[in-house]
Amino acid sequence: MIEIDAITKRYDENTVVDNVSMVIEPRTVTVVVGTSGSGKTTLLRMINRLVEPTEGMIRLDGEDNRAIPGHELRRRIGYAIQGHGLFPHRTVAQNIATVPGLLGWEKSRIDAKVEELLTLFQLDAKTFGPRYPHELSGGQQQRVGVARALAAEPNVLLMDEPFGALDPIIRAKAQEDLLAIQRHFGTTIVLVTHDMNEAFHLADKIAVMDKGRVLQYGPPVELVRAPAAPFVETLIGDTERPFRLLAIAKAGAAAEPGDADGEPIHEDRSQQEALADLLWSGRNALPVISATGVPMGRVTLEALLKHAARPQ
Amino acid sequence: MKAWMPVILRGLLLVLLVAFLLSPGSFEPLLKPLVQQNAPAIYNQGSLLDLTLQHLRTVFAATLAATIIAIMLAILVTRPFGAEFLPLSRSLVNIGQTFPPVAVLALAVPAVGFGEKPTLIALFLYGLLPIFENTLTALTNLPRSVMEAARGAGMTDLQRLMKVELPLSLPVMVAGIRLSVTISLATATIGSTVAAKTLGEVIIAGLQSNNLAFILQGGLIVGVLAVLIYDGLSAIERLLTRRLGIT
Ligand SMILES: Nc1ncnc2c1ncn2[C@@H]1O[C@H](COP(=O)(O)OP(=O)(O)OP(=O)(O)O)[C@@H](O)[C@H]1O
Ligand SMILES: [Mg+2]
Repeated sequence: MIEIDAITKRYDENTVVDNVSMVIEPRTVTVVVGTSGSGKTTLLRMINRLVEPTEGMIRLDGEDNRAIPGHELRRRIGYAIQGHGLFPHRTVAQNIATVPGLLGWEKSRIDAKVEELLTLFQLDAKTFGPRYPHELSGGQQQRVGVARALAAEPNVLLMDEPFGALDPIIRAKAQEDLLAIQRHFGTTIVLVTHDMNEAFHLADKIAVMDKGRVLQYGPPVELVRAPAAPFVETLIGDTERPFRLLAIAKAGAAAEPGDADGEPIHEDRSQQEALADLLWSGRNALPVISATGVPMGRVTLEALLKHAARPQ
Repeated sequence: MKAWMPVILRGLLLVLLVAFLLSPGSFEPLLKPLVQQNAPAIYNQGSLLDLTLQHLRTVFAATLAATIIAIMLAILVTRPFGAEFLPLSRSLVNIGQTFPPVAVLALAVPAVGFGEKPTLIALFLYGLLPIFENTLTALTNLPRSVMEAARGAGMTDLQRLMKVELPLSLPVMVAGIRLSVTISLATATIGSTVAAKTLGEVIIAGLQSNNLAFILQGGLIVGVLAVLIYDGLSAIERLLTRRLGIT
């Protein structure tokens, strides 16, 4: 659990993060969104003390994050920096091995971890391990940056726009991988992004920042249902609202008894995908199946339209 | 084909230099036309090879000391606790540079006597600035994201210096050493005026006896040494730079 308690950061007269309080539950994904310069990176960096707050306190699992030396704290917290920040004089494998090396892991364990992570991020370990960062594409560099942050299996992972340079296909894959890793290790993730689709896709909770303040902090559905400020509404987008609601709800949740023809949809796909399927195939209903393939009834166009309407 | 030309040329130059130093006599016919009859065409007041080695030794010792001190200074003033010494150390090193070498020699002789010592002092002072400046430039211009990543990964100050800052600064530091060595190779000749054993002896002997051949061979040996060492260090620098993917 990360408790951010009335934290403020000032540079001279300039208040960059303004009295922010929020509690991040363990094993959840929190996404921080907001305009450029709103203080997202600064907030993130105060968690691992790359930036020392002017006022306030941050506790990790109840312990003040100033209780141990900064460098030890940072070895426990994964940090994927905005714009990868790979060490240009070290190979990809050496880059990923940074924190395990600092923690004194055995070589065989480090090697295994490096290979596992490279494979996970679709980079062939034999080809890419010995390369230098400048021999990689921007997207590959970014994936290595994320792999480096994950290498020591940290409980807390801070990610600053980690997927910005990825093409849509690799990005979608990287997001799925991140969620899989998160579920597997029970990592608490705080992620900054400018991409609202990404935010809605990944987040258990979203924090909206503007001018150093957190305007709203809550589950995605709450942001759509009850935006706390005009800025939140603008960020979500008037024309996007119904689709956002569908995007964060599961097809299974709209299932009702009955039959339907054609290709079924998995219960944990989003309702947005279900709607797209229906529209594209010109059907009124489609069958839903559970993760194990058991039929669960059907999803109708009508039900989806109801789900997409402004909540009462 | 073209890429090999400079390498071959330098190889030839090196072979020529070694041949001349090992057997200067064989080159006598070439230099004979430059001197009056009966005057020696090849330096005859000592071994050219010995003088060259001593010249190199003096330059090497002075540069080594200058490198160590300059890098240590640059590291010191780029740490948070040393930042206030930055302007001071800059001006100290600059003063070392504005002093003419002859003046340094003249001042050093009464203090440490004739011989190699005053030369070493002058070369040391002269070598400091380029290395210090370059190391300072490198250490203060490291990519910010890389430095942030190093801190974010949990490296201590010392680990950051050793594992990230110094390796990344190496090419620019080598460039400083290269400048320093080249200056020292030339400046060391002046050391002969205070009885240091350097190739300056050959040139001075030539000036005193009006022997063009002496002046030429003394000057050429220093020149060729400078070219070869300069090129060698440039090659190292390019290698380092390429590995960092800066080009
Ligand atoms: N070291 C610093 N000294 C002074 N001002 C700073 C410093 N670091 C950040 N700032 C200022 O704080 C504000 C917030 O910066 P921050 O990097 O947190 O923004 P951000 O929300 O991450 O923006 P972006 O989306 O562009 O990355 C900016 O106005 C920035 O200029
Ligand atoms: Mg930022």
